[in-house]
Amino acid sequence: MNCPARSILLIGYGNPARADDGLGPALAEWFERLSLPRLTVDADYQLTVEDAAEAARHDVVLFADASLNGPEPFWIKRLEPATAGVGFSSHGVQPEAVLALARDLFQAEPEGYLVGIRGYDFSMFRSVLTPKAQENLAAAAAYLESALTNSTPLVTAACADWLADNSL
Amino acid sequence: MVTQTMLEPHTQQDQTRRIVIEPLTRVEGHGKVSILLDENNQVTEARLHIVEFRGFERFIQGRPFWEVPVLVQRLCGICPVSHHLCAAKAMDQIVGVDELTPTAEKIRRLMHYGQIFQSHALHFFYLASPDLLFGFESEPAMRNVVGVASVYPDLARQGVLMRKYGQEIIRATAGKRIHGTGAVPGGVNKNLSVVERDALLRDIDQMLDWSRQAVAIAAEYVEKNAETLADFGSFESNYLSIVREDGAMDLYDGSLRAVDADGQIIFDGVVPQDYAKVLAEEVRPWSYMKFPFIRSLGPEWGWYRVGPLARLNTCQFIDTPEADAAREKFRDWSGGRPCHSTLAYHWARMVEVLHAAEKIRELLHDPDLQGTDLMATGERREEAVAILEAPRGTLFHHYRVDRQDRVVMANLIVSTTSNNEAMNRSIRKVAEDYLSGKPEISEAMLNHVEVAIRAYDPCLSCATHAYGQMPLEVRLTNSAGETLDVKRRP
Repeated sequence: MNCPARSILLIGYGNPARADDGLGPALAEWFERLSLPRLTVDADYQLTVEDAAEAARHDVVLFADASLNGPEPFWIKRLEPATAGVGFSSHGVQPEAVLALARDLFQAEPEGYLVGIRGYDFSMFRSVLTPKAQENLAAAAAYLESALTNSTPLVTAACADWLADNSL
Repeated sequence: MVTQTMLEPHTQQDQTRRIVIEPLTRVEGHGKVSILLDENNQVTEARLHIVEFRGFERFIQGRPFWEVPVLVQRLCGICPVSHHLCAAKAMDQIVGVDELTPTAEKIRRLMHYGQIFQSHALHFFYLASPDLLFGFESEPAMRNVVGVASVYPDLARQGVLMRKYGQEIIRATAGKRIHGTGAVPGGVNKNLSVVERDALLRDIDQMLDWSRQAVAIAAEYVEKNAETLADFGSFESNYLSIVREDGAMDLYDGSLRAVDADGQIIFDGVVPQDYAKVLAEEVRPWSYMKFPFIRSLGPEWGWYRVGPLARLNTCQFIDTPEADAAREKFRDWSGGRPCHSTLAYHWARMVEVLHAAEKIRELLHDPDLQGTDLMATGERREEAVAILEAPRGTLFHHYRVDRQDRVVMANLIVSTTSNNEAMNRSIRKVAEDYLSGKPEISEAMLNHVEVAIRAYDPCLSCATHAYGQMPLEVRLTNSAGETLDVKRRP
């Protein structure tokens, strides 16, 4: 197996007790099992500002979340740090804000990507993924593993076009 | 003795208008405030409304008892560790264990101090500091941690790294950040490895130093603004917390003590199993959340406050030297009496941060953490009550388990519930002082109300939020329910 050329942080976030909302942490678990060199894996209910400290220590940060909409089985887009004036409330922060804090507090500008894995059921008190979401998870994991170990571009032109066309 | 009158409905609502602040910002979870003004714009009623999670108590029923310490973490994504540990303490009793092994007891305490440290750091640096640093009426866009980072980058960085340190302790002791499994009925399932210990020891002196600075910032703020803060959302009240047998602050274990506004003992040495003998809960028709009170004083006079301010008011000393010196200064500032200033919660919270840091250092140097005797056993029981000082205040978990190992009853009293009456009174006080008689409502005026609520660090919800879904909406309606004006902030 090849080794990722750069240090990578994967943060899967979401609530595993809300069915497909747990897709982010499920992807994190998947890669934790793989134990790829130079890949750090983390999982949480939601992104928090202290994720900026860890993000600042890596070349690339992958934020993995369940997607309410968007193409199946998953999509990936490049992120830029949030610009000034972006708000912040309570614990939850957007991935762009994490990148901005990494830049402003720790003088680091890792490449950021958002991985949206399509989910369907976000019911409370369901701790299992739907079968279709499990398929999407497997597809995302296979794609990312290949892209990370072969250092191929994470965002394909077709995906970028689709996201732009659909304002995502 | 508490002197304020009860918060009962305004009886003549035909000539009133209502202001609603919904959702509240920079507090954990969803909540809203409604304020009723009469025809002269005088506040006649002010209430905090919270969605509570009594449904979880039913959800737990029927599940095997050994699942509960993991299951209850879903109660709250903000402080799952507190529920994890309190449930584990209860399940210790179910498996007949009254005394853990030294390693298990110390691992759990380390986890708990890590939780206190990260939670208090988060609240002070992320949620409260914008109000304290920039003022209650500052530009709303700046009243967040990103705003703090732009003006006080060193302070913001400290807050981020202190929170991260506490989270690392939780990860090392609970196994992982989501649904940790470290505490199990009768003990723990892992010790702290030498590698984990050394990683945590590397930064502890820095954490202590930043904790000292945080105490100084909070103390200076309260002292400099003493005149305003003495009255801001403040009133005399009773206080409740856990204390150790010798009167020391103990955040993990002990018995219940309640004191009145003068610091006189109302009850003391109450073991967890007797909590229902001294406390009762009242239901009011306008709120989903109950109103706990001290039985001997009744609902009108028996309401009380919990959390950092209460803990500093009830304990006789703190068993770590630097935090105790900080406590003495705090006590001196309030003239040797209980401190009733609501915004002094922030100061008390930072004293506890320093205490947690001292405790963490002490524990990391204790070789028992590398011990291998992790579990104790005993004779099976059917009922258990556990108490814990969660970051926001005293937490109660009460369970009954049948012979098939299924939970058949669960009753939880969370700290935000205990502070329900006090938060409502703080809201009313601030609303009367800052909104009454004003024909126009500004965003800054409403932030005063939120500042008072934030001091308690309430956890209003276990649900998580997507960014962008927490706007503040203020709606003015007349008595017929017609909307007169709406103000929103993103």
